Amino acid sequence: MSRASSIAPEHDIRKSVANLLMRNHIWVFLTLTIIVFSMSSPYFLTLNNLGNVLTQGAFIGILAIGMTMVMINGEIDLSVGATLALASALAIGLQDSIGIWPAVFVGFLSGVALGALNGTLVALSGMHSFIVTLGALIGIRGLVFVYTGENALMVTDFGYTEYPEIYLGPLSLTAIIFFALALFFQWILTSTRHGRETYAVGDNIEAAHDAGIKIKRHKIINFTICGAMAAIAGILLSMRLGTAEPNAGRIWELWTIIAVVLGGTRLIGGFGNMWMTIGGVLTLAVLRNGLRLLNTPNYVELMVMGAVLILALALDKLLAHKGVH
Amino acid sequence: MDTSAMELVRRHGLLMAFGLFLVGVAVTADGFLTVGNMVDVLRQVSITGMMAIGVTFVVITGRLDLSVGSMLTLLTVIVVDQHNTLGPAGAIAVTLVAGVLIGAWNGLMIGYFRLNALIVTLAMLSFLQGMTLLYSGGANVNVANSDSTWFAVFGRDAILGIPIPVILFLGGAAIASFILARTIFGRTVYAVGGNETTSVFSGIAAPRIVFLTYVISGATTAVAAVIMGSRVMGAQNTIGQGYELTVLAGIILGGTSLLGGSGSIWRTVFGIAMLGFIQNGLLLLGFAYYVQWLVTWVVIIIAVWIDLAAKRGRIVA
Repeated sequence: MSRASSIAPEHDIRKSVANLLMRNHIWVFLTLTIIVFSMSSPYFLTLNNLGNVLTQGAFIGILAIGMTMVMINGEIDLSVGATLALASALAIGLQDSIGIWPAVFVGFLSGVALGALNGTLVALSGMHSFIVTLGALIGIRGLVFVYTGENALMVTDFGYTEYPEIYLGPLSLTAIIFFALALFFQWILTSTRHGRETYAVGDNIEAAHDAGIKIKRHKIINFTICGAMAAIAGILLSMRLGTAEPNAGRIWELWTIIAVVLGGTRLIGGFGNMWMTIGGVLTLAVLRNGLRLLNTPNYVELMVMGAVLILALALDKLLAHKGVH
Repeated sequence: MDTSAMELVRRHGLLMAFGLFLVGVAVTADGFLTVGNMVDVLRQVSITGMMAIGVTFVVITGRLDLSVGSMLTLLTVIVVDQHNTLGPAGAIAVTLVAGVLIGAWNGLMIGYFRLNALIVTLAMLSFLQGMTLLYSGGANVNVANSDSTWFAVFGRDAILGIPIPVILFLGGAAIASFILARTIFGRTVYAVGGNETTSVFSGIAAPRIVFLTYVISGATTAVAAVIMGSRVMGAQNTIGQGYELTVLAGIILGGTSLLGGSGSIWRTVFGIAMLGFIQNGLLLLGFAYYVQWLVTWVVIIIAVWIDLAAKRGRIVA
């Protein structure tokens, strides 16, 4: 008590502002990138381009929402890219035989089912989710190649590609869906029992078990959410492109993990939220868009991403040492 | 310790299932059970196998290396490109040095700076893809005098009917197995993976051990790149894409735990060979190429689950 009262009030405020900035370092970083790109390219800070950034980022963003749930739970899902490809292939491939919306529904269900399968295998067997979803990544991609016959599937009814062409100002439907889902799952995380217990399981699985939390159920639910998000991203991608390519979403699981970790969500579980993930996703999208506007070749983008990721990790480590979180 | 009867019984389930698969394929498909086909399978897996040898060291310390696929791409591009300027010997030397340096960077970040292995090697994956495009300018590279260079030895020649890649793979496995099982360094690798804190208290320089395992991983990937470059006599910018996954799948199938502290080189050789025989068998049976990926998924899940269930049945030291 006496120590707390001896701290000068202005010092307290300065410290809490510093804490706030450090805890939200991704937003500080995002602001800096936006400022840099605004000054270096006249095309960056236009409503049109910013809308584009959001649309481009939304696909990885929707994957990142599911990944965040799984990661807070202390697990990882490497199969999201493959699930995205399968959902997009089914949504387009089945249209001619069963109609557009049933096909979309089957695509969505495939994601839900595969997510549930991953979750069930992780929960029941006690295998590391890295192994289970690595297997799934290989297997589901195989399924996609077998189903599509190694060809890109094309829509026959181009009305299909018009569905996501709804704009709210510069905001596309895809981007709106991303933000809506992010907000919804942020609500799930903070205001439902499932959300709170997800943190508890990720933070300390044994303590959670001793406290009577049903660990398996939460893991299955979170993997199912992750699969469903991948399917939604896949369906939206198929609408945007009008084709389903068997290689769609390849190594997107890596970009997704990069976006989530960049935001500050911890791989070891128990820490993170959707605001961080939105920050990570937007930073990734702004970096890719800005670098392209500056006409930098593709390789610079890949190298910058690698460097940024290491920086984010080092910063996170440094902050954890200082006990900021 | 590992050769006790229990251990043999524990391995039995998977071995028997695999044996049944081999017998099944042998009965139904012509040309499977011939010496020529067996040697072919081993030659096909020698590149992933070579990489898997190094990555096994990393996995036994309880860490991961996701950068080996992109590393293979870059190093193959380097060895092929440098072959045209420095000649075979110079190109191989440059490639080995580059592989060791990339591994050393991973090892520095993960071993000494204690950063998360998954993220560091993921960042390296992205970085190396960029480096490859920067180096090659996006173009495919080819060996100019592919008919007259002795560089062809590593990928295309054979001694007594055994292809050189297979000799390199199995020879490398023998050396690595000796290092891992019979040297002090090898034992410390297990110690660090088994319980890092205890190993540090026992006076083991854990950061240095982890660093060295990544250097080994880089070096074996460099050797794999030499085999690849020599075999193909050219390189595209995507030549190693996805190899990190196949390598990990083979290691996991062999029964090396991702948690670290257990596993062996021969298990990895077994796992990698198993993937090769599954692929070969399914193709001979007339299945579409990508059906093997589906089967790999099922086999991984079943193998790891059996392994885990068997371990739970007894006291694990």
